[in-house]
Amino acid sequence: MNILVCISVVPDTTTKITFTDNNSQFNREGVQFIINPYDELALTRALEITEKSGGEVTVIHVGGVENEPSIRKALAIGAHKAIRINKNPNDAQEAASEIANYAKDKGYDMILTGRESIDYNSGQVCGLLGAMLSLPSINVVMGLDVVDGQAVLTRDIDGGRETISCGLPLVASAQKDLVEPRIPNMRGIMAARTKPLEVLEPTGESNFSAHQSYDLPEPKSAVKMISPDNAGELIRLLREEAKII
Amino acid sequence: MSVLVYIEINKGEVKKASLEAAVYGAKLAQQLGVNCNAIAIAEQAPSGLENCGISKVYHIQDTNAFDPMRHASAVEAAATTSGASTIIISNSYAGKSIAPRVAVRMQAGISSGVVALPVSVNPIVVKKGVFSGKAFAHVELTKSINVLALTPNSIEIESIPGEAAVESISPELSASPSYAITDTQVQSGSIPLTEAELVVSAGRGMKGPENWGMIEELATVLKAATACSKPVSDMEWRPHSEHVGQTGITIKPNLYIAIGISGAIQHLAGVSSSKVIAVINKDPEAPFFKAADYGIVGDAFEVVPKLIEAAKNLS
Repeated sequence: MNILVCISVVPDTTTKITFTDNNSQFNREGVQFIINPYDELALTRALEITEKSGGEVTVIHVGGVENEPSIRKALAIGAHKAIRINKNPNDAQEAASEIANYAKDKGYDMILTGRESIDYNSGQVCGLLGAMLSLPSINVVMGLDVVDGQAVLTRDIDGGRETISCGLPLVASAQKDLVEPRIPNMRGIMAARTKPLEVLEPTGESNFSAHQSYDLPEPKSAVKMISPDNAGELIRLLREEAKII
Repeated sequence: MSVLVYIEINKGEVKKASLEAAVYGAKLAQQLGVNCNAIAIAEQAPSGLENCGISKVYHIQDTNAFDPMRHASAVEAAATTSGASTIIISNSYAGKSIAPRVAVRMQAGISSGVVALPVSVNPIVVKKGVFSGKAFAHVELTKSINVLALTPNSIEIESIPGEAAVESISPELSASPSYAITDTQVQSGSIPLTEAELVVSAGRGMKGPENWGMIEELATVLKAATACSKPVSDMEWRPHSEHVGQTGITIKPNLYIAIGISGAIQHLAGVSSSKVIAVINKDPEAPFFKAADYGIVGDAFEVVPKLIEAAKNLS
């Protein structure tokens, strides 16, 4: 079983988000970048599956050379090889179009990704790849197994969850609960140095969208404190002042 | 040119998030000076779409279980039939799974997590949440056809004249190969967190899962959904589906009550778009108070029963 795992590189979850150039650019200064946490879950599950069934895990990233430390980390966690498409994508569609062009004649049994990146939160890559490659796409999965060549997936639906049986190949996106992420060990880190990381030039589509500007949520006005002895007052204020209950 | 809205049906009823999508679509259509139509894929034609500003409801009679490939091909068929240039889909779990597929099929652009009506329609510029609720981006969509996936609770449902005349269509639909839903578990009676207008959320300050009874009771009395912080879901005190925050889900209810949650930056990211935030924490230095509209410094085990009592006394 050969699996392609798509990884994006995002600001660490504790990052305070700021912008520069008149709010048109994300301020990367002093920001620590990590593998998107959901993509790391996809990678770990892919490794578990290939450890059982045999085969290889390839990670693919669409981005600049500055993200190679994160790609090396994916190799240290256990991926067999890595591809970097040398382009900073403007949106999910550009990234997916590069990945689809790469994957279309490689015969992967599964393409996995995270449910969304924690920076642009589009959650589109799974569905985009599915449609571009004419494969089924199942998003937000918290369970993924392969039984007799058929995938069994559990996924969130509104107000519940469902179990799906689906033929391979397919595209799926990982949600928390799928697996515990792996921490690379020293052997993995050493091995990652010599694993292949191939850099390819972009061939996909662009010009789907243009970022214009960013803004931050409006600051809250001062908090109104209520005495704990008179806590019921909160309910009255929510009804009579805020008018929301 | 027209606008097309994808309608989700649950047990014969149009979902709230889809009513919001309809109102969004109708208002956008007014901005564009065109009609707004809808597509519903269900056993029965939906009712309850009158006065949502919808001219025509395309109905595809279908008893098959939800399959993203199948529904995306149905939306494409309706969009082609109606000449739609903008397609509105709620960013629900089902909507998220079909919106990108529709975009590819239509050679369209897509923006998901849209939180407001476009500030401009030519070119179309939308506002969407980014950095898991820590910021917003204004994005210009450059294709002639675009898909907008709308964040639930982003627009008020209001009455807009519209006939919602049902027209049955039966296009050929695609289907995922050897695809079957083998089990569905729905939490009966509970309000889906992403759609909830009121949310009662609790954190590690509750000390253990056995103490969640009062949280659930407060939620029931207020007709609210329940949520939790990351540590609580990590320790499996509560299911992961309740985890709100940067690596959980992002919500924007009218009211978010946070009990025993300190308010780390990753948690605030998921809830800061809530209209009103009330924080109950025994630590007066908890960072959550800086993001709150109302605050109570006190022990949850003393405060919450008082809130339940006061809420029960509301007429």
